[in-house]
Amino acid sequence: MTNIKTQSLHKRKSNLAQSNKQLEILSYGIFQNGELPTFKDKISETNQFPLKAKKLEILQINVGYMCNQVCEHCHVDAGPDRQEIMTRETMLQCLNVIKSTGAHTLDLTGGAPEMNPNFRWFVEEAAKAGIKDFIVRSNLTIIRANKKYHDLPEFFKKHNVHIVSSMPHWTRGKTDKQRGDGVFDKSIQALKDLNAIGYGMPNSSLKLDLVYNPSGAFLPGNQAAMEKDFKKALLEDFGIQFHNLFAITNLPISRFLDYLIASDNYEDYMYQLVDAYNPSAVSNVMCTNTLSVSWDGYLFDCDFNQMLALPVNSKVKHISEYNEALLENRNIVISQHCYGCTAGAGSSCQGTVA
Amino acid sequence: MQKTYYDPADLRKFGKITEWNEELGNKFFEYYGKVFEEGALTAREKSLIALAVAHTEQCPYCIDAYTKDGLQRGVTKEEMMEAIHVGAAIKSGATLVHGVQMMNKVNKLDG
Ligand code: SF4
Ligand code: SF4
Repeated sequence: MTNIKTQSLHKRKSNLAQSNKQLEILSYGIFQNGELPTFKDKISETNQFPLKAKKLEILQINVGYMCNQVCEHCHVDAGPDRQEIMTRETMLQCLNVIKSTGAHTLDLTGGAPEMNPNFRWFVEEAAKAGIKDFIVRSNLTIIRANKKYHDLPEFFKKHNVHIVSSMPHWTRGKTDKQRGDGVFDKSIQALKDLNAIGYGMPNSSLKLDLVYNPSGAFLPGNQAAMEKDFKKALLEDFGIQFHNLFAITNLPISRFLDYLIASDNYEDYMYQLVDAYNPSAVSNVMCTNTLSVSWDGYLFDCDFNQMLALPVNSKVKHISEYNEALLENRNIVISQHCYGCTAGAGSSCQGTVA
Repeated sequence: MQKTYYDPADLRKFGKITEWNEELGNKFFEYYGKVFEEGALTAREKSLIALAVAHTEQCPYCIDAYTKDGLQRGVTKEEMMEAIHVGAAIKSGATLVHGVQMMNKVNKLDG
């Protein structure tokens, strides 16, 4: 058995469910007493403060925090007990933006986005806008979770959706430790289902990428080397194929922050992030070309800032008043969690950036 | 006064050895970095060798460093434990094989 908790921090009424408590931890202690430089000081060394948004390329919409899983390190604090779900009304406001945006990528995330009751309608409508790359972040197990989801692969195929899914390791033990008992077997089955209809196959236009994030208090290894190992193991052991592997660093927020503190790894982890700081990753961090929309339509520089309740620094705050030109060149809102995006080769929802 | 010989935080200060002899320090780190690059052996294989040697050398800093390095490379705990057994087997084999010397000596002196 794994020791995964079955409830979100919110449900458990944990202190860390409050974003201001998380921000306090990230601002005090080693960052207040000068042991480690703040992110602002660090990027100032290379004159990269304030961090500015460039032209929008990726519109990421979080359609709700509900999820069938309760992964130990979830930065969303998602779970079956979360009730925050995007309404059809907010989706309509998003669709207006999707039709007019200059972004080349639309990225739907959650929780498990498929659990939103209006998910399929939203995908059908959004697909009509013809955005070049239409991503759905699917946790894989949802496809096997209930009969009503079994046809999701076909549905995704019909709308030419690009699937991006998490997979912390190619072995059962490490995957289940982080994501819950049985997750590995269900994920393998879902990957086989996706392969069977063409997803992830060599030269297939049905894109299937995997996201790797470390199962503990350490940074991800070299993305290309990890991809090679993943591909070899999944093919040899299960006959599974996929396109790219994105190596993502766990940011010290939400349940991962809770884990770091509970396991007495917080300070060491922050040291690791700061030691691995790579100034050349700064200019390409995700927030410079991404905008994140929350389930209730508010705008954030990234999904992490959304979870920390740090809204965009702009007159435009909500999808209903969206104005791409006004949002461009805004100052990005930063804190010490941002070190997670600039460690080593950098980290974003599309993997390394440097 | 420092109460123990080893402090985990000292590992982070390893780079500071260059402060007292820049030339040799830099040469060492350059060599070290080169050794662990992908070559005829993969960086992953080198990491496992380093972990095994870290144990035979019983260096707590290296054990910390190469356990973490292995995790970062996706090395499993089963692989790590097997690597350590290789180190342990060589260590114990190296001890035991000297038993032949003892046997030779006994045979010579008291045979
Ligand atoms: S990490 Fe993904 S799959 Fe896991 S609980 Fe969070 S949203 Fe769900
Ligand atoms: S955490 Fe968000 S705001 Fe901070 S650097 Fe990363 S993408 Fe940008």
